[in-house]
Amino acid sequence: MLIFSITAILMLASLFACILIWDKGRRSFILAVRSLWLHRLRAFLSVLGIIIGTGAVISLMAFGEGSMQDALEDIRRLGANNIMVRSVKPTDDAGSSKRSYIAIYGLTYTDFDKIATIPTVTRMVPMRIFPQEVRRGYKGVNSRIVSTIPDYLDIHNIEMKSGRFLVADDEVLLRNVAVLGSELANRLFPFEDPIDKEVQLGTFFYKIIGVMKERSQGGVSTEDVNLDVVIPIATARVRFGERIFMRSAGSRSAEKVEISQITLTVSDTEKVRPTGEIIRSILENHGKADWTVNVPLDRLEEAERAKERYKMLLVLIASISLLVGGIGIMNIMLATVTERTREIGIRRALGAKRRDITLQFLIEAVVQTSVGGILGIVLGLAMVYALPFFAETFWDARIPAKVHFESITWSLTTAVAVGIVFGIYPSRRAALMDPIEALRHV
Amino acid sequence: MASVLKIIDLAKIYSLESVLVYAVKGVTLEVEEGDFVALMGPSGSGKSTLLNLLGCLDRPTNGQYFLAGQDVARMEDDQLSNIRSRYLGFIFQQYNLLPQYTVVENIEIPLLYQGAKLSNSTTNRCIGLAQLVGLGNRLDHRPMQLSGGQQQRVAIARSLVNDPAVILADEPTGNLDSRTSDEIMHLLSKLNEAGKTIIMVTHENDIASWAKRVVRMRDGVIESDIRNEKPTVSIEGATSTIQTELLESLVLNQSK
Repeated sequence: MLIFSITAILMLASLFACILIWDKGRRSFILAVRSLWLHRLRAFLSVLGIIIGTGAVISLMAFGEGSMQDALEDIRRLGANNIMVRSVKPTDDAGSSKRSYIAIYGLTYTDFDKIATIPTVTRMVPMRIFPQEVRRGYKGVNSRIVSTIPDYLDIHNIEMKSGRFLVADDEVLLRNVAVLGSELANRLFPFEDPIDKEVQLGTFFYKIIGVMKERSQGGVSTEDVNLDVVIPIATARVRFGERIFMRSAGSRSAEKVEISQITLTVSDTEKVRPTGEIIRSILENHGKADWTVNVPLDRLEEAERAKERYKMLLVLIASISLLVGGIGIMNIMLATVTERTREIGIRRALGAKRRDITLQFLIEAVVQTSVGGILGIVLGLAMVYALPFFAETFWDARIPAKVHFESITWSLTTAVAVGIVFGIYPSRRAALMDPIEALRHV
Repeated sequence: MASVLKIIDLAKIYSLESVLVYAVKGVTLEVEEGDFVALMGPSGSGKSTLLNLLGCLDRPTNGQYFLAGQDVARMEDDQLSNIRSRYLGFIFQQYNLLPQYTVVENIEIPLLYQGAKLSNSTTNRCIGLAQLVGLGNRLDHRPMQLSGGQQQRVAIARSLVNDPAVILADEPTGNLDSRTSDEIMHLLSKLNEAGKTIIMVTHENDIASWAKRVVRMRDGVIESDIRNEKPTVSIEGATSTIQTELLESLVLNQSK
């Protein structure tokens, strides 16, 4: 596409260079500019369609591109090479849990070991996530325990605000250590440094070894990730077990889940999807739908397809507005030709060939539409820079925008093309006039 | 003297709503180099049609037309454009200058369509011609800023720029008062003296009296063809706007 843009620019540049080097062309060009200047308002109104069309395309393209990139960025944060396998509570558990209190479902360590045998999987991070109150003295915060392994840091691009994250020894030695989310740290330790202090999770105390930096939601979970507390998964398995009791509105329920989520990294982007398929086929053995496999790459490509569709739609809108603009140009060119019939007669008498007349009016049309195109680009860019600014200052809203270089070259090329296409008929009409008749015209 | 223009049995027939109109019915005429011909006749006599034919703006239905040794009667449109830009200069009753162009640019137009490269020397030639017709101090004026006589002088300079074999003037004084008319005719007769062939359509006898030869037409045929032994050369009180040395440089151009 960049090549297209460069070719388009070169073509436009050489077209104008040819016109300007060539004497007749330069004269026609100067004349065109002069007569446009002479009828400023009329010329402006006649290219208004093109100005608005081009401006709309440039700005819509920029806003579309901006929000698309935001969405893509969200997905990319999950990692294009990653696959998320999650446990989900089956919607219909009548058959599965019989009459027991305990709902048993989800990924197991057996699944984990099976998936680990897939050669394309380079890294696996198991997580056991469950709600738990974090206590510090009389203060308690309803939080979420994320028990996992040290690799969690990399796979979720977590940055540490202070202290350290989990290390391998924490798992091996079943240490009672915890890493707090930024918001959780703020609530529990509003005035002091939480490092080396202790919090109570369930019946045990955990030493705080680090605090994570604030991070954005990433659009997947509804929980605030900044309220999480991270502990070693081995510790969690020993201290909490796999059974979790939950009290809600007068009834108690329990569920047994070994692993809530496995985030795994695949060696190669191209192998992400086949790997996802293999994992699905492994998990089919569960016999119930208590798992999901989420491949961000799928969503990435879906988003990119959506972007393409949006672009097509814009091209359609642009084509319509440029068609309308072109008709405006044709209309005004026909009027101009009639108005300047006498000039055509004079030029013909003084030796102009038909093609000289054709070219003169064609150049005029192209100059007109090019100026329109350039004004449209200016308008579009102004909107792209002004709108987010106003949105931010007055409504505190963020409008992401990214100007697409391609859209600029594209609209300029189209503006020139519109000038040529809609200029041909009026120009031919001018050229085919009988010189005697034209000279007699008042 | 060699003939520069020769028409043999030239005819032009229009068909208007299935009625054939014989505008020119077989005219034979030969014009020598350096001649000054006045073409006269009442309206409808066919003189305008004949001038259009001579000016290669129209093609004859019948007959032959030789201009500067070339048979132009059956030429294509583009070839006729070429002939016009190389061998003919036009002066119109309504001056027909382009309003968007300055004086110099207006004079330059025929060169533009010759396909000549515009350079300093061509611009200088245009400026020289503007000076010749007495407009050396109005080079950057637009036609709207000039009087009728001045506009017509620009048109005359324009008709000279391509060094034409024949200058065709269609009632050059038709829109001017008598004093300005005299100035224009004085200019034309000076050009003729310098060797330019001029064919002029007019219906005024005083204007025709400047010409060396008067051809009268009636009903599409030549009625009379008289040599004017004593053409008017100047009018008392008419100021000469011609500068001799410039005129000589023009003559030099002609011989080259």
